[in-house]
Amino acid sequence: MSADATQRAPQGRTLVAAPGSAGLARRAWPWLVAIVAALLLPWLFFDWSTRRHSGFALTMLSEIGLMAIFALSFNMQMGQAGLLSFGHAILFGLGGYCAAHTMNAIKAGAMWLPVELVPLVGGLGGLLFGVLFGYVATKQRATAFAMITMGLGELVAACALMFMGFFGGEGGISTDRVTGTSLFGVSYSSSWQVYCLVVAWTAIAVLLMRLQTQTPLGRMANATRDNFERAQFVGYDPRMVRFCQFALSGFFAGIGGGLYAIVYEIVTFDTVAAAKSATALLAAYIGGAGGFFGPFLGTIVVVLLQSGVSLLSNAWLLYVGVLFIIMVMYAPGGLVGIIAQHAPIARAGRLRELIVPYVRILLPGAFSVFGFVLLVELASFTTIGAAQGKAFKIGPHAVDPATAFPWLLGAAALIGGGLWLRLEARGFRARWDALIADAKAKGVML
Amino acid sequence: MEVFLVSLLNGLVYGMLLFMLASGLTLILSMMGVLNFAHASAYMLGAYFAFTISQYIGFWPALVLAPLLCGAIGAAIEMYGLRRVHRNGHIAELLFTFGLALIIEKVVQMTWGLIPVPYRIPAGLDFPLFTVYGTQFPAYRAFMLLISALMFGAIWLGLTRTRIGLVIQAALHHPEMVGALGHNVPRVFTTVFAAGTALAGLAGVIGGNYHVTEPAMAFTMGPIVFVVVVFGGLGSLTGCFIASLLMGLIQTFAVVLDYSVADLLKWFGLTVTSATPFHEVLTVPLPRIGALLPYVLLVLILVFKPRGLMGTRDT
Repeated sequence: MSADATQRAPQGRTLVAAPGSAGLARRAWPWLVAIVAALLLPWLFFDWSTRRHSGFALTMLSEIGLMAIFALSFNMQMGQAGLLSFGHAILFGLGGYCAAHTMNAIKAGAMWLPVELVPLVGGLGGLLFGVLFGYVATKQRATAFAMITMGLGELVAACALMFMGFFGGEGGISTDRVTGTSLFGVSYSSSWQVYCLVVAWTAIAVLLMRLQTQTPLGRMANATRDNFERAQFVGYDPRMVRFCQFALSGFFAGIGGGLYAIVYEIVTFDTVAAAKSATALLAAYIGGAGGFFGPFLGTIVVVLLQSGVSLLSNAWLLYVGVLFIIMVMYAPGGLVGIIAQHAPIARAGRLRELIVPYVRILLPGAFSVFGFVLLVELASFTTIGAAQGKAFKIGPHAVDPATAFPWLLGAAALIGGGLWLRLEARGFRARWDALIADAKAKGVML
Repeated sequence: MEVFLVSLLNGLVYGMLLFMLASGLTLILSMMGVLNFAHASAYMLGAYFAFTISQYIGFWPALVLAPLLCGAIGAAIEMYGLRRVHRNGHIAELLFTFGLALIIEKVVQMTWGLIPVPYRIPAGLDFPLFTVYGTQFPAYRAFMLLISALMFGAIWLGLTRTRIGLVIQAALHHPEMVGALGHNVPRVFTTVFAAGTALAGLAGVIGGNYHVTEPAMAFTMGPIVFVVVVFGGLGSLTGCFIASLLMGLIQTFAVVLDYSVADLLKWFGLTVTSATPFHEVLTVPLPRIGALLPYVLLVLILVFKPRGLMGTRDT
């Protein structure tokens, strides 16, 4: 009897982490693992023969870091406060411009500041403009808020091309990160040093944003998102909550912009443009706006597609767009939501039974993706790629897009794969429903 | 005087074009609460379809066929996309149309290329109609005015004199009540969405060769149409009409009047030099600010009067 009781005890879930140093260590280790992994990742691409880092990999990883800050700060508005913004890039870009001007001032000797703190200047710039624009935008919510931010975004983007002094017109503001001022005596002349700085700031910013979700402000943001009238009745001013959340998210977006200025040493009109805002939206939604780390995951997907696919083809934004539409239509919780849906089945200990159904839908899924990609690439090649003087190749084989065969192959793979997928999806659905029902019966559904 | 009259006519042409786009969007936004980002994409598709069709069978069939094609696409989007997303709320619908606009732009780029296509005014309409103070007024602009006026009349008659028009008007304000009375509200929605998209396509057919037919045309036109809709107010076609004309006139006149704040200050005896603080802001000429005006208006209206000019409820 007593043995039975002790066996059962560990099964009870503890929702609150144990207090004291043991709890802190338990919560801290995933962060440490992530930071160490981020620092080890570039060594996978290290070229041992020349003893040099891969510049491409480092730039891409840095881009992931700063865009993740940007997407997470976007989600402070969308996911946490339910404020859909179409102009979030203005906070990112203006933070970047502030950082670039600061670095130029340091270089010119007009002021002294370590390079490590330049992203903070970007953050303060973002906070300043967040207060300014937030005061205007947060007067409304929902659709009206979305349209105000869109208007503000277009306004700043147009100003960026109009006023040379601050924005530098189409050429942007160039800067030099090797200012000779550093807290640790690092020159930041190599991209590896810059990457370490990006990792450090990403970790700080992500941790702060994570902690912010647990503050009263973060909780009230959730409350005003879910039911702003009730939040009002409780005695809070929803507008004030929205305003604070907006300004704070501007601060973090500005940190991302400051890192952008350091990594690329130039800040152009693109950083405030609507396309940049759209990237944050796409990343946040593909990863999942509901969970805190969803936008991070989405950023990895989007940046990988952006830098990986854009080398090979012109259509990366189309793939991101299609992925986005699929998420909006079929999985509003994003990638994180899909993963979270597996949790009850895993708790019921029957996750293994999903392997076979997954393998069965994987094959037709791969077929339809292949067909779709082939068709898109063929179309994109005939109109854009050929004009750029590229040759259409699949692996080592040159394919002539003027013949019918590749088109027919693509169409057949897309349609055939799609129909087959529908067939298999039925079986998958049945298996899934059975497992979920089992999880419910076992009482492990949350 | 000469500049004034010509600008007035041009502003009218542009305003009517805007109304053709904005009327559909107003109806869609008022009835379904969907801020349709893909609306301007239908405008772009209309222009491109018309370009391709007119290459094979001429401009006049394209004038009918391209809007019909756009309408069919609109109906498909509503039936197979929006309805599915609807249960996830308005923001999901908005995001859906946003993604759609993105995809349509890329597909257009892949089909017709990155550079503008040579979609030209039909030869039969390419002559000066009359001359005002030495400036010729092209016949095509008069044709655009005629088409938009016909369309305006058709919408007005359709909404006030037909049965479905009355149902639409009722559904603008109380969709649940209309459904409770036994009308097929989803089908009304589909009809309105398809008709709105077709109108946007028609605007593309006659506007594509007046402006430039290029992949970026949707994203430059889109925000301006939103401004018109918000300015006119939800649920009011009259407001939308006034807002369209106003926006057309503002944008046209802003291009012609080459003044800046510095010129205004000169009247008060202040000269702006490069040493004056904010001299860059003060010396920007009005034609360049003209592009900003719609967005300034959008923000100001939403902040201070979200009901718009003649709206029946807040945006």
